[in-house]
Amino acid sequence: MRTPLTLRILHSTPRAGWIALAVFAAITWIAVPVAHAVLAEAHPLHLSAYSVSLLGKILCYMVVAVAMDLIWGYAGILSLGHGLFFALGGYAFGMYLMRQIGRDGSYQSDLPDFMVFLDWKELPWYWAGSDSFLGTLLLVGAVPGLVAFAFGWFAFRSRIKGVYFSIITQALTYAAMLLFFRNETGFGGNNGFTDFKRILGYSITSPEMRATLFALSAALLMACLVLGRYLVTSRFGRVLAAIRDAESRVMFIGYNPLHYKLFMWTLSAVLCGLAGALYVPQVGIINPSEMSPANSIEIAVWVAVGGRGTLVGAVLGAGIVNLAKSWFTMSFPEYWPFFLGFLFIAVTLYLPDGVVGLWRRLRARPAAAPDAPPVPTVHRDARPVSAARSSAKDPAELPAVKGAEA
Amino acid sequence: MRLPLPRLLCACALVLAFLVAPARAALDEASLAGLAGDFQSRLDTIEALGVAGGEDARRVLDALEAGALGVAGGRAVIVQGESVVAAANGEALALAASAVETLTVNNRVRRALGTARAALALASADRGERLAAARTLADNAGQSLLPLFERALANEADDEIRGVLARAAARVNLSSADPAQRLKAARALGESSDPAVKALLAALLEKQGDVWVEPNGEVRAAADMAIHAIDRRIATAETVGTLFSGLSLGSILLLAALGLAITYGVMGVINMAHGELLMVGAYATFLVQGLFRSYLPAYVDWYVAAAIPAAFLAAALVGVAMERLVLRHLYGRPLESLLATWGLSLVLIQGARVVFGPQNVELANPAWMSGGIELAAGVVLPWNRIVIVGFAVFVLLLIWLMMQKTRLGMFVRAVTQNRAMAGCVGVPTARVDTLAFAIGSGVAGLGGLALSQIANVGPAMGSGYIVDAFMVVVLGGVGQLAGAVWAALGLGIVAKFLEGWAGAVIAKILVLVFIIVFIQKRPQGIFALKGRFADS
Repeated sequence: MRTPLTLRILHSTPRAGWIALAVFAAITWIAVPVAHAVLAEAHPLHLSAYSVSLLGKILCYMVVAVAMDLIWGYAGILSLGHGLFFALGGYAFGMYLMRQIGRDGSYQSDLPDFMVFLDWKELPWYWAGSDSFLGTLLLVGAVPGLVAFAFGWFAFRSRIKGVYFSIITQALTYAAMLLFFRNETGFGGNNGFTDFKRILGYSITSPEMRATLFALSAALLMACLVLGRYLVTSRFGRVLAAIRDAESRVMFIGYNPLHYKLFMWTLSAVLCGLAGALYVPQVGIINPSEMSPANSIEIAVWVAVGGRGTLVGAVLGAGIVNLAKSWFTMSFPEYWPFFLGFLFIAVTLYLPDGVVGLWRRLRARPAAAPDAPPVPTVHRDARPVSAARSSAKDPAELPAVKGAEA
Repeated sequence: MRLPLPRLLCACALVLAFLVAPARAALDEASLAGLAGDFQSRLDTIEALGVAGGEDARRVLDALEAGALGVAGGRAVIVQGESVVAAANGEALALAASAVETLTVNNRVRRALGTARAALALASADRGERLAAARTLADNAGQSLLPLFERALANEADDEIRGVLARAAARVNLSSADPAQRLKAARALGESSDPAVKALLAALLEKQGDVWVEPNGEVRAAADMAIHAIDRRIATAETVGTLFSGLSLGSILLLAALGLAITYGVMGVINMAHGELLMVGAYATFLVQGLFRSYLPAYVDWYVAAAIPAAFLAAALVGVAMERLVLRHLYGRPLESLLATWGLSLVLIQGARVVFGPQNVELANPAWMSGGIELAAGVVLPWNRIVIVGFAVFVLLLIWLMMQKTRLGMFVRAVTQNRAMAGCVGVPTARVDTLAFAIGSGVAGLGGLALSQIANVGPAMGSGYIVDAFMVVVLGGVGQLAGAVWAALGLGIVAKFLEGWAGAVIAKILVLVFIIVFIQKRPQGIFALKGRFADS
């Protein structure tokens, strides 16, 4: 008899992981909302609206990084177009936010301001249902998911992989950016969506709303981590890792890599879309520059900095790089591109396993044991592609997953 | 048909007199009488002077322009300092300069003067002057110029000038009272490719109330035919123009992709900083231009030629540095190489921004690269693009010779096909990597040089090209020069035709979709390598 799903999810994350998640939940669900919305502004522990927005934004980025890690770290597929899915989710939710402005815009029209400005008389058909909150929630996941599914189906079916796939995803997001820059596309062109007023009738700038959005982002991140951990430790995750390390062998055993890759790819896009939807109300703007190739490739570097194939590493990486970014862009804006550029180079050259890998190495050294126990939150199968080349362990593990449907 | 001989002879003599007369005869007093008349007759006289031609006419016109032409006692005279001479033959008159009423030169007089001067210039020995004069006259021709056109046509040997003159005459004849003349004119205008002529003919085919503007049905039919002929000609010229811009875009893509094809083929690494190598080449060109302006201003037009080795070397050096310092250590990890080279591109862009400033730098086309060949009104093939197409062919030839005829080229091909086996038989793969990277980067630098002649040169100029260049490499098939050529030209031309049809953005998206679909069908590119090495 198989173990029930809940139990399996529970077991997939080790105890230390659950403790860490509980602490994280306490901070993001109680401490931060209280510090922002309950404590008076003069209070020394009060968190400013700016800080909460910044942290909320970084939480959304962390979700994206986890989604990226799932597809890059565990399936070996480097996407340089994840910014597209993030932006699609953001745009889907932005449409709802635009409709919620109602007649409070500068033209006092039922239509969003930019449409009045373009002299449009009615909403285009694809805006239908954008005033319903539930419909929007559906779209936020469905739009990126469908785009990713269609694209992935074609790409994986013809076994496009490696750098080919990366560059094509980059071209995809670039083309989408050009499309969204056009006014005629109907998403606000250059300026995108901004000037949001309310969600479900509640003001978007109130401290309560901000704290709620922040807590929701944290909840999404935790859900992603738990789900991700479950997936990568499951039978499915083992097959996926096997595909990453030796696709041909897996195929010869009788699995069809298409299904595995496509599922993880689509899930990753949906997670990005959800993150985008939470990102837009916290930042207050969405425009096509979110789809620029540079943004997407930055996501990859968050994961690389943290350490691929570790999930926790992705979260750490997104946090480290983005905090560094907000510090740099405030203090030395002109040096940020240098820093980011050298970060790309240094991490790939000297830290192939990222911060988590460094941590593991540092822990292993004092112990001086050749077979040091892995860090609890990191699964031992979670190795980057490079280190996994011609690995002798995988065939030994494969029989365990033989029952899985191909 | 019988013509009375005497009348024919008379006509011949008249024409002959007309043709020969202006060359030698002095002006007679009567032809200048109009100058003493009212304003309109003055304008007519000035134009007629130009039509008549000759040295004396030129002298009178010069005087008019200088404000020295005047009227005294019903005679046209020219004031020369204190003395006054007759305008017609230059003989001195016993008149005080103060008694002469000089003609004022206002805008209308100036226009008439311009026409007259152009009419004079039609007899010039210089082809360019005649062509310019013919074009000026064609724009504002009236009935009075018809004899001039006919005379000039009889003497003109150059086909282009003849064409301009014939069309100008036809245009005038279109408003002639004689239907036969109008018919001839409508047929002659069918030779044109000018939208303005088309509009002129179309006006004949309109109805005012129930009455045709052009009463004669035959003329209308001829005008209709002429309009269709013009339309066809304009459409052809536009197609050729689009084909050419596709070709020129294809050449740029080819220059960008050739280098990438080499580096990707040899090392299996996508150099995301490849676009920045274009930028390095363009800035090297900019520096060479600066050197020429400071030290060799006389030869500044040839800075582009001197920039060829400079752009190649600058980009090649940067490329070698990248290969030695970064890519070499990432061998066998293509995805990480992608990220590292992206980091390099960020550093290079920001470096250029710090050194040269964030604004675009100004690069001038040398004189021999500006201008172009005009196919039809509004369809011009610019020289700078023509030169770039030629340059791309030249670079392609060099690369082909290098790859096929030299030892290094053989090594590069060997490493591209099977690195391990090449290494086994003694090819120094590490050195081949470095050299191939240097050459590939150098070619990108040459691409930057070409790009600097048609596009803005700024820190981020190259970033848009990496994806396009990679698409060319993918389409063409890795390690295939011929494939890269076909793919670059095909992509360039398809993109330009789509652009004309659906706009630039949609064109870009369609091309992308096309490539994705294409890779479905032929994952190895147009020219797939056959054999065991194809499956990697």
